[in-house]
Amino acid sequence: MEIKNKPTRDGYGEALLILGETNKNVVVLDADVAKSTRADWFSDKYPERFIDMGIAEQDMLGTAAGLSIAGKIPFVSTYGVFLAGRAWDQIRTTICYSNLNVKLGGAHGGISVGPDGATHQGLEEVAIMRVLPNMTVVVPCDAIETKKATLAAAAMYGPCYLRFGREAVPIVTEENTPFEIGKGYVLKDGKDVSIIANGSMVFEALRASEELQKEGIEARVINLHTVKPIDENILIKAAYDTGAIVTAEEHQITGGMGSAVAEIVSRNQPVPIEMIGIFDTFGESGTPDELMTKYGLTYLDIIKAAKRVIERK
Amino acid sequence: MNSELLKQLKCKTINIRRDIITMLEESKSGHPGGSLSATEILTYLYFKEMNIDPKDPQKRDRDRFVLSKGHGAPVLYAALANRGYFDKSELMKLRKIDSMLQGHPDMKGTPGVDMSTGSLGQGLSAANGMALAGRLDNLDYRVFVLIGDGELQEGQIWEAAMTAAHYKLDHVTAFLDHNHLQIDGLNEEVKGVEPVDKKWEAFGWNVIKINGHSLEEIESAVEAAKLVKGKPTMIIAETVKGKGVSYMENQAGWHGVTPNAEQAKLAMCELEVEA
Repeated sequence: MEIKNKPTRDGYGEALLILGETNKNVVVLDADVAKSTRADWFSDKYPERFIDMGIAEQDMLGTAAGLSIAGKIPFVSTYGVFLAGRAWDQIRTTICYSNLNVKLGGAHGGISVGPDGATHQGLEEVAIMRVLPNMTVVVPCDAIETKKATLAAAAMYGPCYLRFGREAVPIVTEENTPFEIGKGYVLKDGKDVSIIANGSMVFEALRASEELQKEGIEARVINLHTVKPIDENILIKAAYDTGAIVTAEEHQITGGMGSAVAEIVSRNQPVPIEMIGIFDTFGESGTPDELMTKYGLTYLDIIKAAKRVIERK
Repeated sequence: MNSELLKQLKCKTINIRRDIITMLEESKSGHPGGSLSATEILTYLYFKEMNIDPKDPQKRDRDRFVLSKGHGAPVLYAALANRGYFDKSELMKLRKIDSMLQGHPDMKGTPGVDMSTGSLGQGLSAANGMALAGRLDNLDYRVFVLIGDGELQEGQIWEAAMTAAHYKLDHVTAFLDHNHLQIDGLNEEVKGVEPVDKKWEAFGWNVIKINGHSLEEIESAVEAAKLVKGKPTMIIAETVKGKGVSYMENQAGWHGVTPNAEQAKLAMCELEVEA
């Protein structure tokens, strides 16, 4: 099959353009990286509703809180590591505590950010965002899904964190693939093991399942784009039907999507779980491909994990 | 300000101070010093200045108030109760389980609270956001924000100061409750904030210095701020921490300590005499 690549952040930019047209209350804030986050597509077309906050993430989140209280729907973007990390208390106490309608566009998530190195590779956002009451956390897998997630975030009330990446990643969904915040979906069915992935790892999971099939292993692949609120039903059913789970995410193992899956499965339908992700370390400079290989985030790593977890059944 | 109005407002300040003492004696937890220092400012805003309606707390074109120094919650609650946002009996539930009056302001639970605060340094950013929204909506409301002087040590305050100046937010009026004290002692001993006037001027603000316990000076400053176009205004209000209660005045120790029954009785006597 022909694979088309596109950065997920492009989906964010495209959705903002649609929202600019359809919802006059949408305003966009960015911290001097609008070109990187694609917020500049919105600012070019709707300059009066774009607020450049300069390099001041904490103030940006507080300003967004004030805008939302006065009826606006602010979309706030910068690199996820600074958005979620540097302004965490502002997100917690000033936005989530009051359940304000602020949308967070966390760009450059994951180690695939590449040569900028550890300081700019967001590997903890999912953990520190999903722990917050009222927060919704979505990690879309491709540009099309990012666009849908951004539009869905605008349509719901409350704080929502959208995590997208820098690099072009394969398009694995279609315009008419259903998308609903809080609902995972099965991309490929199987009975021997469930591979639960989000973000850039969804493509790797699909690729792993194809290879596994050649060896007679039927892997179910689930796109768990929403980490919070988590789709308990799809997870419990996967555990029940397949008896073994591999989670795959471009994020720290601690507190990420895999942890969220384990929280549900361990309480409802305990089965062995293997996790693919970053194991308690920082990243480094390198090309995205080199880094994904070195840190164990490829389909080959998923295949090994799938075989390990099946052994543990 | 005519003398009749001045008399009425002074009377309000005494009622509010008495409510602060009563509620803190009852709650046995909370912050008297920085509530008493800001009493005149809140009294003026809630009883004279702001376009607000206690029967319609969410009125779209209302003026807004953000208590950036959220630990000053008692003075805000006392002002709101006296203004009719909720029954004064609620004040006796301050900081108690299931109360709508949380230790720090909670906009979800308390009618009239425009912004939840408590983590210092964040209120001015929110006030800027409200003012930006008002501009986009062509609404003429003003946003008032009260900042503590210890709070100036938070970096976000200065980020927000730049934002307000850059976006020419002349509908933002900030008050600095300049009582010179914070938990560990004098600002200048803990980590100096002076010269506050020159700092705000350098950040592009219109700066007015007043006696923060003079209702007339507060009025003049607020009116002067309205005439300034293209710049936010910082009103540096020179205040006394614990103002109105002799043994609390200028004592850092009364930042977050509440009066016992005997101390409260003495405070109420002093506030009676002043009336």
